[in-house]
Amino acid sequence: MSNSKPLTVTVLAGGISHEREVSLRSGRRVSDALQGRGHKVSLADPDASLFANLVASTPDVVWPALHGFSGEDGALLGLLEVAGFAYVGPTAAAARLAWSKPIAKTLISRAGIDTPESITLAREAFRELGAATVLGLISSALGESLVVKPASGGSAQGVTIVTRADQLPRAMVDAYTYSDVALIEKHIAGVEVSVTVIDTGDGPRALPAVEIVPLDGVYSFEARYNAGETNFFVPARVSDAVSARIADVAVTVHETLGLDYLSRIDLIIDALGTPYFLEANALPGLTETSSAPIAIEAAGFETGELFEALARRAHEAGARN
Amino acid sequence: MWALFRQQILARGFPNYYWGVSETTESGQAINLDPWFGHYAERASGLSASEVRALFAVASRPEVVSLAGGMPFVRALPEDLVNGALARVMSEQGPTALQYGSGQGVPVLRQQILEIMALEGISASVDDIVVTTGSQQALDLVTKLFINPGDVVLAEAPSYVGAIGVFRSYQAHIEHVAMDNDGLIPDALRAAILRMAAEGRTIKFLYTIPNFHNPAGVTLSAERRPEILKICQDAGILVLEDNPYGLLSFDEDVPPAIRSLDDEGVIYLGSFSKTLAPGFRVGWALAPHAIREKLVLAAESAILCPSSFSQLVISEYLASADWMGQIRSFRDVYRERRDTILSSLAEHLPELSWTVPAGGFYVWVTLPDALDSKAMLPRAVTELVAYTPGTAFYADGGGRQNLRLSFSYPTPENIRIGIRRLATVINGELDLLSTFAGTGSLTASAGEDNVISPPPDMS
Repeated sequence: MSNSKPLTVTVLAGGISHEREVSLRSGRRVSDALQGRGHKVSLADPDASLFANLVASTPDVVWPALHGFSGEDGALLGLLEVAGFAYVGPTAAAARLAWSKPIAKTLISRAGIDTPESITLAREAFRELGAATVLGLISSALGESLVVKPASGGSAQGVTIVTRADQLPRAMVDAYTYSDVALIEKHIAGVEVSVTVIDTGDGPRALPAVEIVPLDGVYSFEARYNAGETNFFVPARVSDAVSARIADVAVTVHETLGLDYLSRIDLIIDALGTPYFLEANALPGLTETSSAPIAIEAAGFETGELFEALARRAHEAGARN
Repeated sequence: MWALFRQQILARGFPNYYWGVSETTESGQAINLDPWFGHYAERASGLSASEVRALFAVASRPEVVSLAGGMPFVRALPEDLVNGALARVMSEQGPTALQYGSGQGVPVLRQQILEIMALEGISASVDDIVVTTGSQQALDLVTKLFINPGDVVLAEAPSYVGAIGVFRSYQAHIEHVAMDNDGLIPDALRAAILRMAAEGRTIKFLYTIPNFHNPAGVTLSAERRPEILKICQDAGILVLEDNPYGLLSFDEDVPPAIRSLDDEGVIYLGSFSKTLAPGFRVGWALAPHAIREKLVLAAESAILCPSSFSQLVISEYLASADWMGQIRSFRDVYRERRDTILSSLAEHLPELSWTVPAGGFYVWVTLPDALDSKAMLPRAVTELVAYTPGTAFYADGGGRQNLRLSFSYPTPENIRIGIRRLATVINGELDLLSTFAGTGSLTASAGEDNVISPPPDMS
């Protein structure tokens, strides 16, 4: 069942976002992998000439390797949909759901999956109701061990792990530097895992969970993108039963949010083996230090082989409009 | 065989996670994506990119006005001047241009460098010049020659980010010394020397950028130059004088170089990057003869020899073109941009304070107390403007209240747009901070020691 005809693929990488650099690296890896399989790949940075170029070149498949707003929030995906391009990625609507962590948490919670207790606040709330009051309410409701993050965004940008109440104001400022809405979650001590879910056309399947152990304890931007600063264990060092639950949760998240092709679900497993949903990534990082490629290789795939399968599926599925 | 087995498992409807579980790693073994992680030398420990550096990636987009870089406006250099020089070099000296040359550099070029340095009052011997791959390399070699781990380099506060990177790579202790609008403060220098002695530390040299300082924009006054020199002479401290911008004055000429006052205790670094073009990668060190001997050997060990090709093209250019006229053209371009950035700052951000450069590329801005230039950078990215946070220019965590703006590369119109956007960033950040005022300490955490400087090819 081999389709021997090479595809023409345009990989979108870069964009204007805080994660541009990560996107450039992901795009390069996807491009190299597909070229290694004999496909004709070009890299394009989304700008004012993008759609004109796509219409002129009519690639078989577009692969958006974009991170951050415009890519992951579904805006550009929506445009690819209406313009009738086949692409590797979820629908724009699904991306939008995953992009907003609070909304994703609500939907996942309704699906019966645990997620850390949290509160979501736009910065106006602090202005309107008084910062001191709001901060006090947060601390008394959720305690002092918190994780503060921008409501949308990846790569741990703007994320602070708070251990004392007096760290909270600065953590809020850091989150609001990236986004006007912040998510404050109760910190759960446990094993951090990421599960990559793939769907080459036969339905979603979870790849082996990757356990993430940053050397200095925090999976910060630097820990993610400087090789060597994080140790990974795959499969994650959990019991078989927990491993099964993790895979189950990941697939449920993927399906609930309507993700597709390739997604990454980040979870934390508490001391009792309960998986808690943290966030879902509709367009996961594929850099040389990202965890999705680690999972792909641990599952026995050659990265290029898998990417090719995803690209072919998109090509066969065709336009979504 | 395994693929078939996998297929059968899937066909039977087993949960998907069963396959691939124990296929690659032995259980319990960590994967580290850098197999050499534990092998690096101590001096390499600062060499990892920071989150801030990744944000600079957007500066390469045309939609973003970048005031962060410091690239010279090379388009002001007429192409035919370079083409002509190139053609003559290849037709008249082709084989030489393509061959290894002297580790010390092409003699004709060194002679021409003497003439250029004479403009700043320096007289020297051709033999005491060592041509390097950019003055950045001269900085690296001098540091390599002198610095043992823990040795002290006295540097201005702030100092050039590229120098800080070099000093750190040789594990120097960098001690910053205060400046004001007239440059390095002599009393602060005296105090720093005494302080280091009290701590039992060894000072090897003073690193100074006396003209149109990068990043501060200020120039060391004529009165202070002999005083600074004397302080160093009395203390037995070498002076490393770095002067890439001296000829880019907008109003009056700069005072004579410190090197013009002493030829035994000063190493002078010069460059063609700003007066001609950085792409050639040609700079130089002028050093006392004994140091020069070692520099040549160190250079040979690092690169064998500087680029024959680049040197000969520059030499031909200097011989045939009106290079001083070209410098005057550059001055006109940069003067206009300086005027634009200063007037834009006055119009949009009057409550801030900044240095007024009489040449060079940079304005050093001081922010209100509450702001942190490094923490504010993500907001700037959202507003499509880039600057370099002041923290890049300090080895001791200072600089949070400052930012460096470069006016060399963007057009005057883009400079205006950029400053307007910067005003939005600053006002947005002040607004956010005022919401949280009084709720506790809003000082951002210091963060890691990773590399936060922008890459050189960023406008």
